[in-house]
Amino acid sequence: MSGRDAILGKIKSNLDRPNDLESKQAIQNRLQAHQKNLIPQRGELNQDQRIALFCQEASRVNASIVELMHFDEIPAAVSEYLRTHQLPAKVKIAPHKDIASLDWDVNTSLMIEEGRGAGDDGVSVSMAFGGVAETGTLVMTSGPETPTSLNFLPLDHIVVVRAHEIAGNYEAIWERIRDVQTKRGCEGTVPRTVNWITGPSRTADIEQTLLLGAHGPQRLHILVISEATT
Amino acid sequence: MQSTSPNFTQNAKDALQDDPLQAALAKLTDGFPIQRLEAAARLPEFEDLRDEARDIKTHVLENLDLYLEAYEKKVVESGGHVHWCQTAEDARETILKICQNANAKTVTKSKSMISEEIAVNDFLEENGIEPVETDLGEYIIQLRDEPPSHIIAPAIHLSKEQVADTFRDAHTDLEKDRPLDEPRALLEEARAKLRTKFLSADVGLTGANMLIAETGTNVLVTNEGNADLTNNLPRVHIVIASIEKIVPTLEDATTILRVLARSATGQDISVYTTFCTGPRQLNDLDGPEEYHVVLLDNGRTDMIGSEFHEMLRCIRCGACLNHCPVYKSVGGHAYGWVYSGPMGAVLIPNLIGMEEAQHLPHASTLCGKCESVCPMRIPLPKMLRRWRERQFKAELGSTRARWALKSWVWLVKRPRIYRLAMNMSVAILGQIGFRGRFKSLPFAKGWTSKRDLAAPTGDTFLSQYHNGARGDQSGELIRRGGRK
Repeated sequence: MSGRDAILGKIKSNLDRPNDLESKQAIQNRLQAHQKNLIPQRGELNQDQRIALFCQEASRVNASIVELMHFDEIPAAVSEYLRTHQLPAKVKIAPHKDIASLDWDVNTSLMIEEGRGAGDDGVSVSMAFGGVAETGTLVMTSGPETPTSLNFLPLDHIVVVRAHEIAGNYEAIWERIRDVQTKRGCEGTVPRTVNWITGPSRTADIEQTLLLGAHGPQRLHILVISEATT
Repeated sequence: MQSTSPNFTQNAKDALQDDPLQAALAKLTDGFPIQRLEAAARLPEFEDLRDEARDIKTHVLENLDLYLEAYEKKVVESGGHVHWCQTAEDARETILKICQNANAKTVTKSKSMISEEIAVNDFLEENGIEPVETDLGEYIIQLRDEPPSHIIAPAIHLSKEQVADTFRDAHTDLEKDRPLDEPRALLEEARAKLRTKFLSADVGLTGANMLIAETGTNVLVTNEGNADLTNNLPRVHIVIASIEKIVPTLEDATTILRVLARSATGQDISVYTTFCTGPRQLNDLDGPEEYHVVLLDNGRTDMIGSEFHEMLRCIRCGACLNHCPVYKSVGGHAYGWVYSGPMGAVLIPNLIGMEEAQHLPHASTLCGKCESVCPMRIPLPKMLRRWRERQFKAELGSTRARWALKSWVWLVKRPRIYRLAMNMSVAILGQIGFRGRFKSLPFAKGWTSKRDLAAPTGDTFLSQYHNGARGDQSGELIRRGGRK
């Protein structure tokens, strides 16, 4: 008997469930319905409140946040960030149409490289799928325009998120991911990697002393863009 | 892993004499439990979410076979492979085979209790493959060749000086007298060392906080980001998970995530919560080319439907450890195997046998704090009592303890004699106690060798009650008659 049959057989016989066929159907229905459970009150807010709570919660976990009106303000905001932290003028950006298409030469002498993350990347700029206000969380999805390695290899991670894509709660994001996948013709699937990122990397493994920048980025900088383009 | 659980009594004595350990454990009391309380206070729905989280896992366990089948189907559809392993040995062999097929020389690992359970590191090493733990705490204890002493803070028993010594011994390519006094310096050194490992590893081995049946996804929760570099960079991603990690949907996983970090570290959510599904997809720029899930039984199917069934709801947050007076006194290593604290005392006998772990169910005052903080509301004290009952039936334990228990049972089944005996002993002990205390008592040396025992100062509860004593509404005792 295979390991699979042995394990499943033993579970079945120990459970002693009355009607297998009925249970199987009930479970298929439950999986397909993927109903929401209790959503905390603080995740149910209007758009202005959502953005305010998102910023408040993200700062609580040591992220820094700048609100911008338009996408074309991003290159200047990135240079400003590099100056503030006295970082080399070199940035790895996601090959995302809304970021790569920006005029990175304007006002700046930035060295821009496009692509996935590398071990010696200092600063990266990537595009969030959305945000979650209840905990100040960024949601990143993997894809041709949004390589996951950019979220983890650099020491400084700059993330662009659209204000109207900041949801109140995680459930709203799952719903949007399902919609996007369905529109792409991939109903019932998810991107290879979905990252919820809440603040920069940290550890307290040595004497419970909190230190930022364990293996991932030491700083997380969020650019919230109000402009409502898609 | 070879257990030292049979030596619990000696382990505990040693732990109590271990000053650095005691200092580390003292910090635990001020840390996680207070942060948990603060996080719970910030979320009015916390208790309701605990109920929902419990109900989700209860439902899954009642249909575990069906959910496993649904989960497997989705993993395969997304291009991954599922390997069903009944024993630790099966799982080790399976992992080795995948590594060998990938011509792996180095395997990076993010923290997984299951991988400790199957002792995969030693096995890979024996077969010429280098396993590298990447969670900072796990990296430290791997260098020291120690098991974790806490589920989520594996190196909690060590001082920064001990870590510095460990790094000096291990990183011999670095300058001998480099400054390593500050935790920051230790972190920077580990980060640099591990960065090269992340980039060169052929296989990444992670655990799973949950497996989601709806999508065939595994969930990884870390604060460091090490699980992400582990699953994303190497060519092959292996997930090792035990069968009870299943949850139905993304929404169900979300509910459990709302109570997990709050119960564990008192964070609202961990820094990185990652959902991995299959290998990299068409036109993706990164991610693994192969995705394998090693599903481990290792004794869990025997727990299904047993009196320890509910233990399978455990999400390994560590809250029961952080709040346990016994854990906080002796630390994790005293328990002698991979797990520790109340959850360990219930789980370990299930996994390595009741006889081997017979002391552990007694390593509890049954104060009930563990159950009160468990996000999944697992009745840990009840299950510890179950183990004690089973041991009594199996005639384990010292003859004296068994004789004392039998006499006690005889007595409590005969209320008249019991009351008479109680009244007499209370009266006698009350008379002979010196200034209301005993410095030593026969049959109670275990207590009196360390501290005085208070002598009874009044009548028994029942005789006071019969004499008309009642509590007022504030619980203050009002005596009517009877002696004071």
